[in-house]
Amino acid sequence: MIKISNLHASIDGKEILKGLNLEVKAGEIHAIMGPNGAGKSTLASVLAGREEYEITEGTVDFDGQDLLELSTEDRAREGLFLAFQYPIEIPGVSNINFLRTSLNEIRDYKGEEQISAKDFLARVKEKSALVELDSKLASRSVNEGFSGGEKKRNEIFQMAMLEPKLAILDETDSGLDIDALRIVANGVNKLKSDKNATIVITHYQRLLDHIIPDFVHVLYDGRIVKSGTKELALELEEKGYDWIKAEVETH
Amino acid sequence: MAYTENELAKDLENQEYKFGFVTDIESDKAPNGLSEDIIRFISAKKKEPEWLLDHRLQAFATWKTMTEPSWAHVHYTKPNMQEICFYSAPKQTKKYESWDDVDPEMKETMKKLGISMEEQKRLTGVAVDFVMDSVSVATSFKSKLNELGIIFCSFSEAVQEHPELVRKHMGTVVPTSDNFYAALNSAVFTDGSFCYIPKGVRCPMELSTYFRINEGGTGQFERTLVVADEGSFVSYLEGCTAPQRDENQLHAAVVELIALENAEIKYSTVQNWYPGNKEGIGGIFNFVTKRGICERNAKISWTQVETGSAVTWKYPSCILKGDNSVGEFYSVAVTNNYQQADTGTKMIHLGKNTKSTIISKGISAGKSQNSYRGLVQIHKNATNARNFSQCDSLLMSDECGAHTFPYIECKNSSAKIEHEATTSKIGEDQIFYCQQRGINIEKAISLIVNGYCKEVLNQLPMEFAVEAQKLLEISLEGSVG
Ligand SMILES: Nc1ncnc2c1ncn2[C@@H]1O[C@H](COP(=O)(O)OP(=O)(O)OP(=O)(O)O)[C@@H](O)[C@H]1O
Ligand SMILES: [Mg+2]
Repeated sequence: MIKISNLHASIDGKEILKGLNLEVKAGEIHAIMGPNGAGKSTLASVLAGREEYEITEGTVDFDGQDLLELSTEDRAREGLFLAFQYPIEIPGVSNINFLRTSLNEIRDYKGEEQISAKDFLARVKEKSALVELDSKLASRSVNEGFSGGEKKRNEIFQMAMLEPKLAILDETDSGLDIDALRIVANGVNKLKSDKNATIVITHYQRLLDHIIPDFVHVLYDGRIVKSGTKELALELEEKGYDWIKAEVETH
Repeated sequence: MAYTENELAKDLENQEYKFGFVTDIESDKAPNGLSEDIIRFISAKKKEPEWLLDHRLQAFATWKTMTEPSWAHVHYTKPNMQEICFYSAPKQTKKYESWDDVDPEMKETMKKLGISMEEQKRLTGVAVDFVMDSVSVATSFKSKLNELGIIFCSFSEAVQEHPELVRKHMGTVVPTSDNFYAALNSAVFTDGSFCYIPKGVRCPMELSTYFRINEGGTGQFERTLVVADEGSFVSYLEGCTAPQRDENQLHAAVVELIALENAEIKYSTVQNWYPGNKEGIGGIFNFVTKRGICERNAKISWTQVETGSAVTWKYPSCILKGDNSVGEFYSVAVTNNYQQADTGTKMIHLGKNTKSTIISKGISAGKSQNSYRGLVQIHKNATNARNFSQCDSLLMSDECGAHTFPYIECKNSSAKIEHEATTSKIGEDQIFYCQQRGINIEKAISLIVNGYCKEVLNQLPMEFAVEAQKLLEISLEGSVG
């Protein structure tokens, strides 16, 4: 699905990603953990195509394509989805209008017909039920005045609507109450198939009780410094990051 | 394909005017310059009654004593009145009974504007009074309106056919001495529109006029008068666009609205005149006086989407004379490149329980300057007057300017006045968010801007709102490569 090799990226002359390697295959769920400021959101932004970052070295292969050559919108149209750590408000633009525009742009790119109003609304109904999103939120302005948790849930709703190949969830669990956490995790699990993959960025092992990852990686100082399975998350929860930092330093 | 805020801003500056073309219809024009003789020439050309000529001459005398205002936040070279042609009429002055008779070239012009008449007639049932230069050349749907006693015709025709109505109302809301440009208009206006809705009649269709400046160097001085008699309702649409020109063209219109007891007038404008090229050369000077008066329980609602002109100076206003009367002003003003707009409204509360609402959305791009200037005036007897104002500015570049000048004069302590203002920059985050959902940058900007203007666009009649959205898109789209 995606193969990141020796990725270096900097912003304002400061190197944030320093030779990052990661491979995610279809059907897999990967969790990325790591201390604040390690570069997790940076990785997500770079993959999504945020222009501020300069890629100085490395390659990213996305389903046989050179991801870094694609424009931001074409990456999205090819099936890369980013659930934002801080979802953006767009006043005056309804969630519905936003999603319909998005969906149709993606379909247009693939040479498919525009979705009919009927099919669209049916899909909205189905997917909002899946993530138990209050139907009122669907017709309100994009994220405007949404509570923190509602914003996160809205990201998962959008993901469900767009059915991406690769979804990157950047701390979607933070700010969610216990029930919402379960709902969001359920949503992710239900959407899981052998054709798509998910990267979950999180600080908390409790999310991983609900979304069982195939692999857990530790991102520290711009690199994946340790990889393991679910047990690694438990170990991190218990011991923190100091031992990892120490390990890295001695190498 | 890198896209930073600055690149975006640069792209916006490259936006060339899309409606720049000149229709080649032989004109019957006056020699350049302004004098009593020219005014007599215009009046004679139009076979006007004596009282109107007197009205013009008196306005001219007043105008000569006045100087051009300079308080607005705009800078431009003052037009030389002696270089302007004050009258130009298409040669073919015969009236058309049906659209089939209309000059094919004129139809072509309308097509370029994206408003084919056939389409309009068929789809929207809009009656259109199309002003090409100074003389109205076509009027439609007349018979249907006739049945209801509604008068909708060119101003010149109204002078001939309904002189008593014109004489009674003209100049009562905007007196000739009101300001420099209103006085000038009163002296030299050539044509415009007249509309009268009789007592208790709800006009069943949107009345629409498309103005267009066509002859190089011809100043346009339209005059519009809308009278809604007691208990009547009318929705009036005004839209315009002009051909590309290198010299500045002066436009000084006067619009007067009269809403008698229990009447309601909705007046919507989409303004898209040539704004000058991206170096700031050429473009229309748009100095407009628009004002309405409300009698008891009456309501006047101004909605405008302003995207054109090099310099705009325009304050559609309401005099809330009658008790319980309501004034509204909804505005979107877009400036790009070197455009300058100083626009806003005046709400004059005279009667008791009068209410006004002001929603102004400014969008500035390029090196443009966009100012909101508003006055809310509560007079002594205006007990329980209410005003709510919201003035938002959206910046698209680092080099443009947005300014807000709200003035409040309150002489009655029972008044309640609320004012809110915000300034924001179009967010790179918002654009990125849209792009991450597969929406390209042009669509993203259009989506964000339309969302920002929603409260105003919602006020427009459906078909006009669509046109307005298209205009906003055209005014702000970049050439993404
Ligand atoms: N414009 C910038 N200039 C310099 N440094 C920046 C800039 N933007 C981000 N950074 C730095 O990049 C580093 C990585 O940030 P990033 O947001 O990727 O961290 P993170 O791993 O997601 O952290 P968190 O767990 O807090 O979300 C941080 O040290 C941050 O301060
Ligand atoms: Mg982060």
